[in-house]
Amino acid sequence: MSDALAGRTESAAGVRSRDRGFMDRSLVRLTLVRFTEFVRQPEAVFWTFGFPLLLAVGLGVAFRARAPERTRVAVVNTSPAAAAVVSSLKKDSSLIVETLSDSGGARALRTAKIALLVVPLPGGGVRYDYDPQRDESGTARLIVDNAIQAGAGRANSVRVADRKVTEAGSRYIDFVIPGLLGMNLMGSGIWGLGFAIVDSRGKKLLKRFMATPMSRTEYLLSFLLSRLFFLVLEVVTLLGFGALFFGVPLRGSIVALGLICLVSALAFGGLGLLIASRAKTIEGVSGLMNFIMLPMWIFSGVFFASSNFPSVFQPVIQALPLTAVNDALRANMLEGASLASVGGELAIISAWLVVSFVAALKLFRWR
Amino acid sequence: MTPSHALVARGLCKAYDEVVAVDGLNLEIATGECFGLLGPNGAGKTTTIEICEGLLDRDSGDLEVLGLSWENDGAQLRERLGIQLQDTQLSEKLTVSETLRLFRSFYDRGRDIADVIDVVQLGEKEDARVGTLSGGQKQRLAVACALVGDPDLLFLDEPTTGLDPQSRRQLWTLVEEFKSSGRTILLTTHYMDEAERLCDRVAIVDHGHLIALGKPQDLIDSIGAAHPPPPPKASSATLEDVFVALTGRKLRDE
Repeated sequence: MSDALAGRTESAAGVRSRDRGFMDRSLVRLTLVRFTEFVRQPEAVFWTFGFPLLLAVGLGVAFRARAPERTRVAVVNTSPAAAAVVSSLKKDSSLIVETLSDSGGARALRTAKIALLVVPLPGGGVRYDYDPQRDESGTARLIVDNAIQAGAGRANSVRVADRKVTEAGSRYIDFVIPGLLGMNLMGSGIWGLGFAIVDSRGKKLLKRFMATPMSRTEYLLSFLLSRLFFLVLEVVTLLGFGALFFGVPLRGSIVALGLICLVSALAFGGLGLLIASRAKTIEGVSGLMNFIMLPMWIFSGVFFASSNFPSVFQPVIQALPLTAVNDALRANMLEGASLASVGGELAIISAWLVVSFVAALKLFRWR
Repeated sequence: MTPSHALVARGLCKAYDEVVAVDGLNLEIATGECFGLLGPNGAGKTTTIEICEGLLDRDSGDLEVLGLSWENDGAQLRERLGIQLQDTQLSEKLTVSETLRLFRSFYDRGRDIADVIDVVQLGEKEDARVGTLSGGQKQRLAVACALVGDPDLLFLDEPTTGLDPQSRRQLWTLVEEFKSSGRTILLTTHYMDEAERLCDRVAIVDHGHLIALGKPQDLIDSIGAAHPPPPPKASSATLEDVFVALTGRKLRDE
């Protein structure tokens, strides 16, 4: 032990930094520390990677494309003609047919259990009992009448053919996956940088680093570098998941998509840095983060289109970074838009990037 | 080549808003000396030491550290100082060796990490996360972070506060060994026995002023007659008696 301390002469010879291995450069060490700290916080890993996937699954299942609904109708079974009517109706697969008594049918109609009640008449005809103000009753009237007439031998005078068109890209899940990606880029940029920096400041670790020859630029750069690494993971998991399980399209160029994500991640990183530039406590910075992010969760078109808001608000909404990110992501993924055609959005995102970085570096408090 | 003084401060002043923390303080610390800065809470010890560490700007006064000035040679100075702050919490998620490797990477030249781990006797805890260490182990790690750049001047701000007797003695050994290699230490402490044992000279400060300076034994001798120690305790005065005689018995709660 005393040898080690007295070993001044050997250690004073020291090892110059340029002779040190790549892994012992301070920027590499700082970046590795960012990774290590992140992966050793299972809750942070969940909120960054698990939560968006859960949200995507939930929304995807809730708003999945459903089989067309079948209409429930009933036939009054008191007349001998009822059996023929029922067999005509059963040929139409969009109907669910049951037979009821006079009073049972009336009650089912009244309580909206069926859309329409067919009453065979003694003379050979039928009467349709329904409420014309109910949409499905109107539809049922058309389907039922068509089936009964066809069953009785009516021929179509015009030959028709159906072609059914259901396109990937126009479903809710297609809308929401780019929105979730944008939201995730914002969240991990702002939380990822903000919390780590404010935590280090609160624990006086920033101050301790200031007492070493550590480069301040490298310190901040290490956050961005680790963000970029996690960015790749986030984007690949979420988009891969969307494509695999829901067939969400990726119509635009992947390189362009990568570039949009990169610029967005840097812009949100800058915003995170700015939010964290002065705060001393996690509590203080959390409030500030929510104050900044909440309006964007609502207005920037994550879960529903930002065009739903009145046009007076649109100039502000369109200037929000997340709106620009979401619009650019959707244009790329769903419409296959080129980089040039999302130039406006990219300009807004880049402006946020530059302004927030410059302001953050000016305001940043190291102690 | 080596200046005879590791640190020279003249007329150091620092005020926070209304409060004057350091008020015209003079300090001269010889190379190879272990110098103790003593004083009640709020006396200006930490402010003084942080000005010397380049973490705080002084309002006025001259300061030369290792013959260099913070204004012109900041980068060079940071390479040569080892610093332990009073209340730094190192990242709990990192292990002991990861923490040291990070600190080592900041310095152009420095010591082998295994070597430093050995010095602070954390060999068994090398791969343990900082969050699992005891108070004494954390404090030794903080000192290890200060040693990893192979400093010429070591600042220790209350390094043993809150530690058990074993941990305190381990840190004392560490300080003594560092000193025995001919290098300089500036430490603050509330424990007079610690100052008596470790320090070649001590300065007692209060209200930002220097009120006594000298070898611990000389200070004790100087008050022996004027302030006799309470009879039941010990037969001779201690540095603690000097301290209380000079700074009074009024409580200083921060």
